[in-house]
Amino acid sequence: MFGSSILRRLDWLTIFLYLALVFFGWINIYSTTLSNTAATFYDFSTLYGKQLFFIGVSLSLVFIIFSIENNFFERFASLFYIISLVLLMGLFLFGKTIAGATSWYDLGFFNFQPSELGKLTTALALAKYLSDIQTDLKRRKYQWYAILILLIPIILILPQPDPGSALVYFSLFFVLFREGLPLQYLGFALLLILLFVTTLKFGVIWVCIGLGILTSIFFLFKKEEFKVPTFPLLLFLVACVIISLSVDFVYNNVFEQRHRDRFSLWLGLEKDPIRLEQIKKTIGYNTYQAERAIESGGLSGKGFLEGTRTKGDFVPEQHTDYIFSSVGEEWGFIGTALIIILFTFFFLRLIHIAERQKRDFSRMFGYGVISILLMHYFVNIGMVIGLLPTIGIPLPFFSYGGSGLIFFSAMLFIFLKLDAARLSEL
Amino acid sequence: MRKLLLSSFIIIIGITFLGRLSYLQLFSFSPNQILEDPAIKAVYEYPERGYIYDRNGKLMVGNQPAYDVMVIPRETHSLDTLEFCSLLKITKEEFLEKMYKARVYSPRLPSVLVPQLSKEDYASLQEKMRKYTGFYIQKRSLRDYKTNSAANVLGYISEVNETDLRTNPYYRAGELKGRTGIEKQYEEVLRGRKGVKYLQKDRFNRDIGPYKNKKLDTLPELGKELYITIDKDLQEYGERLMRGKRGGIVAIEPATGEILAMISGPTYNPALLVGRERSKNYTKLHYDSISRPTWDRSILAEPSPGSPFKTLNALVALQEGVIDTNTKFTCYNGFYVGNQKKGCHCGGGVRDMNSGIFRSCNAYFAGTFRKFYGKYPTTDEGMDAWEKHMKSFGLGDYLGVDLPTGRPGRIPDKQFYDKWYGDNRWASSTIISNSIGQGEVAATPIQLANMTAAIANRGYFYIPHIIKKIGNKEGIPPQFTERKYTTIDQQHFAPVIQAMANVYKYGTARWIQIPEIEIAGKTGTVENFTRIDGERVQLTDHSLFTAFAPVEQPKIAVAVYIENGYYGARYAGHIASLMIEQYIKRKITRKDLEKKMLEKTLEHEYAKPLSGEPFKINEYVW
Repeated sequence: MFGSSILRRLDWLTIFLYLALVFFGWINIYSTTLSNTAATFYDFSTLYGKQLFFIGVSLSLVFIIFSIENNFFERFASLFYIISLVLLMGLFLFGKTIAGATSWYDLGFFNFQPSELGKLTTALALAKYLSDIQTDLKRRKYQWYAILILLIPIILILPQPDPGSALVYFSLFFVLFREGLPLQYLGFALLLILLFVTTLKFGVIWVCIGLGILTSIFFLFKKEEFKVPTFPLLLFLVACVIISLSVDFVYNNVFEQRHRDRFSLWLGLEKDPIRLEQIKKTIGYNTYQAERAIESGGLSGKGFLEGTRTKGDFVPEQHTDYIFSSVGEEWGFIGTALIIILFTFFFLRLIHIAERQKRDFSRMFGYGVISILLMHYFVNIGMVIGLLPTIGIPLPFFSYGGSGLIFFSAMLFIFLKLDAARLSEL
Repeated sequence: MRKLLLSSFIIIIGITFLGRLSYLQLFSFSPNQILEDPAIKAVYEYPERGYIYDRNGKLMVGNQPAYDVMVIPRETHSLDTLEFCSLLKITKEEFLEKMYKARVYSPRLPSVLVPQLSKEDYASLQEKMRKYTGFYIQKRSLRDYKTNSAANVLGYISEVNETDLRTNPYYRAGELKGRTGIEKQYEEVLRGRKGVKYLQKDRFNRDIGPYKNKKLDTLPELGKELYITIDKDLQEYGERLMRGKRGGIVAIEPATGEILAMISGPTYNPALLVGRERSKNYTKLHYDSISRPTWDRSILAEPSPGSPFKTLNALVALQEGVIDTNTKFTCYNGFYVGNQKKGCHCGGGVRDMNSGIFRSCNAYFAGTFRKFYGKYPTTDEGMDAWEKHMKSFGLGDYLGVDLPTGRPGRIPDKQFYDKWYGDNRWASSTIISNSIGQGEVAATPIQLANMTAAIANRGYFYIPHIIKKIGNKEGIPPQFTERKYTTIDQQHFAPVIQAMANVYKYGTARWIQIPEIEIAGKTGTVENFTRIDGERVQLTDHSLFTAFAPVEQPKIAVAVYIENGYYGARYAGHIASLMIEQYIKRKITRKDLEKKMLEKTLEHEYAKPLSGEPFKINEYVW
């Protein structure tokens, strides 16, 4: 089917890291779902058994990917992208609602989530568009087109509602920044987030005082010969203040109560103890239980299958989004640190691979893959350990779930395939 | 720059995550996991508390079952309140109020609805209990007293409080713990060790199986039986004699240091502190500040020892060689300190040691005391020697009895007087009252009994103790089997004991001899004072008596202290005499004497200082 050459050129280090993560993930799924099965009856199989099946599917998919011609993905990228958009639109008519989100097609044996497919196809489409010889990200027009590729699926996903997946699509902006979108945009975005969060936390007055202090420091330490563009600076400061003033309005009118609750819990905004208790017991419950479970693991953990909270099913969704809490409880700091280090090496290795690509498409797609996986990793673990507000997205390769694992694997191995092919094409 | 953007993000994220995780797992981690884990529930199994037997194997304290009706408010459904109330024998209002309280305490946790049902109520209720969901009957074990005596010795148990929970990790809220007496002293022996089963719970608080395959579970360890040195019959008899009197009786077996009886009057029935009426009774007893029934006078009261202390002064003087048995002092119906005359009841005349003791001559002992101090170049040195001798009899410090309370009494030392009078501003004449057991010396009844036991043993004693046997294992803590020698050589005891025997033959106690038993004893009549409206007022003398019998191979040493009982030979002497006869003969031959003691009370004396009227002391009523 395919020659020994591709096997030799594959990046086995990445594959090793991938397999390690999948293996460790499955071990934890086994632990988290073992007690469930003892208490509940499933029709045909256990969850860990199903996940084993999904791992098998993913690995066979890898062989299919390896046997496909190199240019296939680039050539049909636009088609895949359009198919994804159609599937996303179809959800409005035929979608199946699970836990309040209309994000699935019911295929009988399997619930298919098109937004998972969309992550892959959008990454492909973006890479294809950006690698086009005509595209020049320095120019406004091309910037808009590129951003539009991202925004269309986001607009289709948000009303499902599935803010988690939408957030993942935003991560593809990293590809744009890597490929030349002015970094000022990133700066502005971060500034906006910073202003929003600090205003919520400390109020408009403190934000203005902070801005004043920062400006004074700037004037104190600037070089003598540096000429301050007074007007733009003034404009900038005024803009900041206006944004800060508008935060209240946006927070109270654009956001819904459940979003506000998450923010108020995350930033500790709620002063009323009764209401705070209520929030903690409802939306804060997961995070609270997850943190306590992780904490109770200590340095070395309670041991495999010995996690009392895991067994007692204390953390809801502990086999999917909250699987990291089980790692923390049963494997302790040694386990969690190992996972963080594995992921960090994994991502750094992928960046290294992306940067060595000769073809722009491969590099850009690689960055797309990295951005998507990184966003999952960042938001998921950040949420489980209580650093970020609750946004439900799975931990790549770890969390239980067929579509997730299959598409994450597909993305990764398409990229590895492109990498393996880079020498033969030149 | 752009190439490094994402890499630096990844590294920053990694470091942030590791920081947060080390905060959670290394810094906030609490090692006390198993108790704090909501996923693990510890179910305790309580062993029965150990029984307490007397020295002859008679049961003193056992256990009885009690049944509490419990409620978990959240699990209750609508019920026939009237029927249920009639079963519980409470009114509907009471029922509703108790339900409200239980709900306020916690809707999820069990509360006691009706405590300690009687056996009959329990039987009729049990059949119908199924109908009432959310209610159940919990069996508890309560103390069951087979004696109405020895309340302060046995002590009582009660629920652990906040302090216990903080200081002792063994206890959980709601458990019982010995509070006073033997129950406290031998808490761990009697209590045993509760067994624990750890259960794995799920988040709905359902049991889903044992935790760690029962590896950490333990079986309850039974509480051990305790055999104590108290003679139940003697104890009960002594308490009957004490009725209407305040004071203490302590009887010790000199050969072993075992406490045969330890009686404090007034006392109470230990069963009062068990059951439904417990807290009402406790309040009543605890706040009775006049007769103070929970204050164990036998081990806490510290009167001046009075004349029995003269025997020690005689022994010390003999040991130091300042007198011999023939040394004589003249009594002028008293003696002089400077120009001041101090009285004496002995009748006057020339006294040697023998008659000095059996007639209890104050002048004789004042002379002896002075001679003793005359031997030493300075009063300080004399004081040191005197203090050392006295302390060797177990006076002036805690005895080390195996009971959780006690008082040291007092043997004054030179620092004591330096502080009181100033350095070098006191001499033997200043402190001469100590020669006759008045002044600054003080001793608890148990110290007096022990001192008597040391004389009975001719020079040594064992620390008085209450423990005889734990479970079926022989052997008691080693400190109770070790002889404590006094500083007095054995040969000096014979003349003193002879004089004490003469107390019965010719002396102050000649009216209370026991036929066929040779007793050695010493009366004491102790002046005492109280404050009424800030004024120092003298009360009727305390009646004191120490005795041991038989003189050869003594089986019992006893000290009796009766507050305001006047002459030592009266209340205290009579009681001591009856106690000795009861213990040795197991029966009382002098029924009229016994009747007198059982009937006479001192309530009229105790009412005097409280009456608010002027009153006379030491009235010659008998």
